[in-house]
Amino acid sequence: MPGTDAARARWMSALAQADPAAVEAAWAGLEARPGYRLLRAPETGLVMVRGRAGGTGAPFNLGEMTVTRCSVELGDGRVGHAYVAGRDPRHAETAAVLDAMLQDPAGRAALETAVVEPLVAAREARQLAARARADATRVEFFTMVRGEE
Amino acid sequence: MRPGLGDPVLDSQRIFRGVLDAMSHPGRIVALGGDDAVPGPLHPATEAVCLALVDFETPLWLDPAGRTADVMAHLRFHCGCSIVDEPASARFAVVADPERMPDLDRFDAGTDEYPDRSATIIVQVDMLSAGVGRRLTGPGIESEVRLDAPGLPERFWEGLRANHGRFPRGVDVLLTAGSRLAALPRTAAVEG
Repeated sequence: MPGTDAARARWMSALAQADPAAVEAAWAGLEARPGYRLLRAPETGLVMVRGRAGGTGAPFNLGEMTVTRCSVELGDGRVGHAYVAGRDPRHAETAAVLDAMLQDPAGRAALETAVVEPLVAAREARQLAARARADATRVEFFTMVRGEE
Repeated sequence: MRPGLGDPVLDSQRIFRGVLDAMSHPGRIVALGGDDAVPGPLHPATEAVCLALVDFETPLWLDPAGRTADVMAHLRFHCGCSIVDEPASARFAVVADPERMPDLDRFDAGTDEYPDRSATIIVQVDMLSAGVGRRLTGPGIESEVRLDAPGLPERFWEGLRANHGRFPRGVDVLLTAGSRLAALPRTAAVEG
């Protein structure tokens, strides 16, 4: 199915970057919560984040960040994974279950509306607020024209 | 997909301790316990050793009998290891069908400078019995022990004698049956 990977990347990213409380609230608000078992219980570790200067330069190690990961399997055999920032095991577990549920084409549209879109909107609002705060302290540097010499 | 170790930290320490006990007392049969929900032809002890010791730095080779989609998915997911096609490029190997296993000299025996960079081969057998069978001597054995593992071809025992002869190079063998395990490290001399 073309586009499935991109769609999955979008919801996994939204779940991973969301506020843990918001993910928990979305989970609690679901009408039906499926049973699942843990394939890999939530575990916290370090991940090396690499970057490229300007997006195209040579890769360099930006630094390590704390990540919690979890993998679950639903009753129907669908497997969900989550890698979330921070050390909240509940966040990783809920995000993994939601990832598995979102892979079911039958329930996807409703779940995306109910869970993913609000999380994406909240993330965008957070980013805009951070950008506005940073913009307020922007300093412009000019090189003054020097006198004749 | 199946779950891996129930408690990754404590279970892998317990399994490591069991393998250490077996390796330092060649021929001694060690019970690893563990769960029965293991994929395909793997024995619980084989799966336990893989989950505890195999990781992204140790390429794994599976013999054709053990190379099922279920086993590969399970070990790739829980160990994060790569699965290689050539016995010589593996750090760990699993043999589910000892009758058709490659000769031991097909596996990496390390170098004289780094004999520790060699392969560990897990061979699954139907049964392990102590006190009968082949006579083992060497470090870790006070006088002698006897170990019987039916189903191993004669060329396996010949290969093991040759393996002992090229010390310090060589491979180490773990025999698994159900949830039990015995070790035949390169230091063990086999007679009979």
